[in-house]
Amino acid sequence: MAVAAATLDSQRIFVASQWQLMWWRFRKHKLAVASGLVVAGFYLVVLGADFLAYADPDVSEAQRSLMPPQRVHWFDGWRFAPYVHGFKGARDPLTFKRVYVPDPAVKVPVRFFAEGFEYRFLGLIPMNRHLIGVDGDATKTIFLLGTDVQGRDLWSRLMYGTRISLTIGLLGVTASLVLGVVLGGISGFYGGVLDTVIQRVIEILRSIPTIPLWMGLAAALPREWTVLQVYFAITIIISLLGWTELARVVRGRFLAMREEDFVVSARLVGCTQLRTIFIHMVPSFMSHIIAATTLALPAMIISETALSFLGLGLRPPAISWGVLLQQAQNVQTVAISPWLMLPAIPVIVAVMAFNFLGDGLRDAADPYGR
Amino acid sequence: MLAYIGRRFVLAIFTVWAISVLSFVIIQLPPGDYVSSYIAQMASMGSVVSDEEAQALRIQYGLGQPVYVQYFKWMKQVVVGNFGMSMEWKRPVTEVIGARLWMTVLISVSALILTWALALPIGIYSAVRQYSFGDYLATFIGFIGLAVPNFLLALVILYFGFVLFNAHVGGLFSPELQDAEWSAAKVWDLAKHLPIPALILGLAGTAQQIRIMRANLLDELRKPYVVTARSKGLSESRVVLKYPVRVALNPFASTIGYTLPYIVSGSIIVSLVLGLPTVGPLLLKALIAQDMFLAGTIVLLLGVMTVIGTLISDILLVWIDPRIRLEDT
Repeated sequence: MAVAAATLDSQRIFVASQWQLMWWRFRKHKLAVASGLVVAGFYLVVLGADFLAYADPDVSEAQRSLMPPQRVHWFDGWRFAPYVHGFKGARDPLTFKRVYVPDPAVKVPVRFFAEGFEYRFLGLIPMNRHLIGVDGDATKTIFLLGTDVQGRDLWSRLMYGTRISLTIGLLGVTASLVLGVVLGGISGFYGGVLDTVIQRVIEILRSIPTIPLWMGLAAALPREWTVLQVYFAITIIISLLGWTELARVVRGRFLAMREEDFVVSARLVGCTQLRTIFIHMVPSFMSHIIAATTLALPAMIISETALSFLGLGLRPPAISWGVLLQQAQNVQTVAISPWLMLPAIPVIVAVMAFNFLGDGLRDAADPYGR
Repeated sequence: MLAYIGRRFVLAIFTVWAISVLSFVIIQLPPGDYVSSYIAQMASMGSVVSDEEAQALRIQYGLGQPVYVQYFKWMKQVVVGNFGMSMEWKRPVTEVIGARLWMTVLISVSALILTWALALPIGIYSAVRQYSFGDYLATFIGFIGLAVPNFLLALVILYFGFVLFNAHVGGLFSPELQDAEWSAAKVWDLAKHLPIPALILGLAGTAQQIRIMRANLLDELRKPYVVTARSKGLSESRVVLKYPVRVALNPFASTIGYTLPYIVSGSIIVSLVLGLPTVGPLLLKALIAQDMFLAGTIVLLLGVMTVIGTLISDILLVWIDPRIRLEDT
């Protein structure tokens, strides 16, 4: 019986397609699968940021500056009815610091699918429902993660920040991918002098410290540019120096494959070079490219965060993780309001998730090896 | 061997050239030329730049001529050590940067040494005791080190230092020694402050090196010559340290070339968070004030410094690895 099962198993492997084999191998890497789910979760936040936020991220009010996160009470007595306590703002008579005391007498019920500010879901469908919220009245508010100096809700800003930080990473990696595939492809396919030149350029780029260069380039962006212009400019600056690793991977695959039988025969039956490259070669190392791209994303996210943190990347009113962290630059401020450091958590989680996912994909990318 | 070093040297020169072009681009990017912004700056301070003086400056930097001529004129000044005037500080750029550049070198080199000092034993331990608790712990710390951007790490350490010990962990000197002359006490003070920034800067590199060392050594340990050495009756530590570690060390050494630029990059932003007297805070201030000669010079000097460091590591590599020495190319 066992033998029969084993032969059945190996038969299954013999007839499986390349992508199926990769999926089987990927599935075994539990950490990578879990990370894949985390990454998917992040991109759901990107899509539904306005639904998950419950306060307009740009509305500020001095009256509730630097409020600590509010605790959510899930049960009112024995009934499931989440609520938060109202708060009273006062000045400390000694330090003149604004302090907030929860007011146990006031219960602000938390509603699911509550009405809030207007937005367009996915940029198309006008909506005003949010995942959670409180009833209309302006005196009743909820701050899951507290507020910043200008009294803006940190949770809602974090949702919008996730949208910008993760799309900038994705766009940046796409731009580097184009550069990397074209230059790495030329380098690996043609070889010779072109290869030497491109490889030397990569070596030079990799031996230059990047942050000072990025800072210099980013600081030169005109102050009067719109948020969108700055966004694209930063994407380009980040990707200009980030393509080298991708180019290296692509070149390696081309070199390894140039002499493979199927490539030689494609050439012999008279396929054009473009056809040989795009119909025969690229699909067989697509998986490697996907893995390398995933591994390149964390660096993009960190670069954007670092630049914005310094005040040279995205600038308010744009919201990104780096812009949010800029408020945590000063130790004194952070010591008083530690929740301002919370945006560091999604940065770290996202970077880790992309790394593990990329590792798993890279191992799975070559299902015939080992 | 000489051919190899020669090739590296040529590449280093090309790299320096590329960096100089990029620095020049950064100087050129803001609107307006240096002299007109210099005049505006001086006027706002109440002093007047005479026409002759302005004319002399224009000729010195070749303004109004094609860009490549301007580049060569700038390079000519740079080669003799004249990096221009810092507009913000009203002093020659060299004076402003001065000691800060050496502090940057000091911190970067300390971080690099610490990276090695930590990664080598931990990597060997992880490979020899594969799947032990220590191995898992090292792997875990390694992943944290890779995932946490160093400026966030600096921020967190600063925060906990402040909250738990009410101590300011930033800076490189105690306040009372900040402006003191160099003395044994000041050097000791510096030595006490150095480990934290060096550790923060080196952690990501250490994490990577541990993984590389572990993987390489694991590959080597499975080879037949290790079995031979063991069956010959060598002690376990000798078996490991004498041959496999030496072989596994090579890819380890060749990655300095990529680690150093990374550390120098990181030092800029970590210095800002920790308030270290390196060129980092200076660069940010210069960029915000559009003090372009200062900014461009810092980028140039940091780049050149990194290239020199990489070149030294390449030469070290040749010295460690006889296979490279014997290669013809």
